[in-house]
Amino acid sequence: MSVDVWLLIGACAAVTALIKGVGPVALGGRPLPARATGVITLLAPALLAALVVTGVAGQDGHLGLGVEAVGVAAGGAVALRGGSILVCVVVAAVVTAGLRAIG
Amino acid sequence: MPFALAGGILSLSFGALAVDTGFSWIAAIVMSAIVFAGSAQFAAVTIVAAGGGLGAAVAASALMNSRFLPMGIALGPSLPGGPVRRGLEGQAVVDASWAMAARPDGTFDRSFLLGSTAVQYVTWVLGSIAGAVGGGALGDTDRFGLDAVYPTFFLVLLIHELRTGRGRGVAAGGALLALALVPFAPAGVPVLAASLAALVGLRTRPGDDHGATGDGADAAGQPAADRRSSPDDLGTDRAGPDA
Repeated sequence: MSVDVWLLIGACAAVTALIKGVGPVALGGRPLPARATGVITLLAPALLAALVVTGVAGQDGHLGLGVEAVGVAAGGAVALRGGSILVCVVVAAVVTAGLRAIG
Repeated sequence: MPFALAGGILSLSFGALAVDTGFSWIAAIVMSAIVFAGSAQFAAVTIVAAGGGLGAAVAASALMNSRFLPMGIALGPSLPGGPVRRGLEGQAVVDASWAMAARPDGTFDRSFLLGSTAVQYVTWVLGSIAGAVGGGALGDTDRFGLDAVYPTFFLVLLIHELRTGRGRGVAAGGALLALALVPFAPAGVPVLAASLAALVGLRTRPGDDHGATGDGADAAGQPAADRRSSPDDLGTDRAGPDA
């Protein structure tokens, strides 16, 4: 690890506080222009999807799937059936741990 | 409460991941206590773990958090006091609290937001302490399937996001873009590049049938306004994207 951990933590905290603090103050409570809002609101699905697929299939610079992919898929299936997020993450962890124990 | 408990498990896996990456356990706990933004923390630490630099890590966490900007703007009118107080109370915005505090009329239940976030903050920090201190003692936490918790948490958030057809296309585009770049790009870049998929939001215009998610549709969409004028549709059509 080549990064100064405390600098990283401080920078992340400052940026997060700034972003969270600016919203309620900006524009005196008026909404953003529609185009800007359109892009910003779509950032969440784009970034969340990228985090999911790189978290599951991106292994140190190459593509590959491990057993945790099965666990994540199981958690996703529970979510699609309306399951609570707590149940989803527990199912994902238990399925993954179970498959590792067997394999 | 389910979100707070799931958040606790998530932060447990964060604590374990951070220590595994080379953070001291104190650094892992302090990061959770003062950053308190799961996706941003994971993004930053994952990039550092993969050998990425400080700039890439901070930029990724900033992009992950950029959604708090429109969320805060939507919340602003529901907060009392001057700019300083509103900015401070805006720190209480986290995904689950914000979504659950949203009322159908576009205002927010401020006490619910603050209370819900307070509970989530406690479980978040406690989970991190358990993960950072216990992770090392337990050895390889992958044995317990903790590496599946992080993608699953965001998959569930994503599934909640994808109540609009437009979000689905953008999510698929972002995912493909990121996957395509994994073998070639430096750590962190695939996730950053995925944000380019959100540029289709520039096509938002008054009268756009799909609109954007949440408050975006309110600002841009005449159809959204039409739907709101019909009380029967409020509870059905609009319940998804706002939740």
